Amino acid sequence: MVNLTTRLGALTLRNPIMPASGTFLEELANVFDMDRIGAHVTKTITAEIRTGNPTPRVCELRGSMLNSIGIPGKGVAYFLDNVVPFYTRFNAPLVVSISADTADGFARLCERVAVPGVAAIEANISCPNIEEDGKAFAIRPSSTREVMIRLRQATDLPLWAKLTPNTGETTEVALAAEEAGADALVVANTALAMAIDIRTRKPRLGNLMGGLSGPALKPITLRMTYQCAKAVRIPVIGCGGIDSVEDVIEYLIAGASAVQVGTATFIDPLAMVRMIDGLARWCEGEGISDVAQLVGSVRDGEAADMSVLMDTAP
Amino acid sequence: MILRAPARILDCTPGQFFHLRCPAHGPDQPFLRRPMSIYGYDTVRGELQFLYKVTGEGTRGLASLLPGDSLNVLGPLGQGFTIRGNWQNLLLVARGVGLATLAPLAQEARRLGRNLTAICSARAPGYLMSVDHFTGLGARVITVTDSEGTSGTDNIRRIVEREIAEQGVDAIYTCGSNRLLTLLQAIQAEHGIPGEIALEQQMACGLGMCQCCVRAFRRNGRIIHDRVCCEGPVFDMAEAMPW
Repeated sequence: MVNLTTRLGALTLRNPIMPASGTFLEELANVFDMDRIGAHVTKTITAEIRTGNPTPRVCELRGSMLNSIGIPGKGVAYFLDNVVPFYTRFNAPLVVSISADTADGFARLCERVAVPGVAAIEANISCPNIEEDGKAFAIRPSSTREVMIRLRQATDLPLWAKLTPNTGETTEVALAAEEAGADALVVANTALAMAIDIRTRKPRLGNLMGGLSGPALKPITLRMTYQCAKAVRIPVIGCGGIDSVEDVIEYLIAGASAVQVGTATFIDPLAMVRMIDGLARWCEGEGISDVAQLVGSVRDGEAADMSVLMDTAP
Repeated sequence: MILRAPARILDCTPGQFFHLRCPAHGPDQPFLRRPMSIYGYDTVRGELQFLYKVTGEGTRGLASLLPGDSLNVLGPLGQGFTIRGNWQNLLLVARGVGLATLAPLAQEARRLGRNLTAICSARAPGYLMSVDHFTGLGARVITVTDSEGTSGTDNIRRIVEREIAEQGVDAIYTCGSNRLLTLLQAIQAEHGIPGEIALEQQMACGLGMCQCCVRAFRRNGRIIHDRVCCEGPVFDMAEAMPW
């Protein structure tokens, strides 16, 4: 029997696999037993009712997709009255993803959603589809610190910061979030991207730009997961392009304590359940009794093959 | 395309769709599933049918399937057409591939013993789809084409008005065309006839999570956005907004 139990600070998950925000909804309860997965992560909640971005909101690329949904939602009041009660029937911890335009707005929304039944808050400080040109708090360490300090003051619940690939300061942003009191990092959101139809010469998304997700994103977010796990002491939750159990294992080896699965669920609604079964089987086959043994087990201290080759080359 | 299908997925309502995982074929590597409306379903024979036109990676992949191959399908999904108990005379108006979406309505109308008239529009007589299918299911078919100069909105309006005057029309169904939607909305407003429309939109998950496939509707004096995959693909025609 392989132990898949995963500790994320004060939270204990029955396994390290959970959905990425925006790819999970109550409707999935019709497709599989939602208590099979490690946690439930809601679509991002905003205080106000939002319509979302113009269509087309999605387009397909090789091995990936772009989306620009724009966080449509019925607002926090609807969420508290309808969504939170729905999830009380499950044992898996409920993680609420939140977004706001300002640090103050984040803090006020956080206070409202920190209700019984909610196990953790995920601060979506990295959505590329809200502000022009994909601007978001998590692009810079200073704005990350500002919003995370306010959020830390607003709640005692476990607080996760969802980072962005759209930064040149991955490590600095990760450290800023940790120093400001984050309990875990989610690494990462989608990468700001674009596609144009060459026949019509129109951008393929109604909002011009959008977020890249799917297997094409994985090497980038895996690299970030590795960098963040090296830099911080808090747990890192890997996210980006996970499509198979091998991808899950790769993230764990890179330093992720748990992972979020998103786009893969759009293609196979049972993807997370299959990965959980596959992870247990793989560990058993490898003689690994506890999945935690994989976390951060990357052999990055050893000489790369290439350097040996270079030494012996004429 | 005819699939041998287990009975548990053949409990379909006309207008519903399946989300197909189209196979990769050569350079074509479709990434997301493709939503496709059901052309026919037969619980007795255990068959599920789709009618498609090859237009891109996904449909090229479908066309590469050989007898005996398997296909991963998710469904049936979405809300189908309504045929209320007191709707005896049904009228459907559609053009091109849109007719495929309305085909199961003919099957259901026959099962329920309702009268169905189908106005089928196309570029030219050679492009008319499903006419034999509709006729075979006991529907009365009226064809209009661009090449014969009969598919203009004025002529379709005349045909629909004649149907209303002579047979009576209890409900109107359509699919896909902005021009037909605008025309039929005007007619239904004038005559107080209920109607439904099947709509399309770029889709990712097909189950409601991604919120990609929204369309705008007028409801209770407000503009709201519903998901084609969950609240649709069939909607109240009067609420649909031209796009």
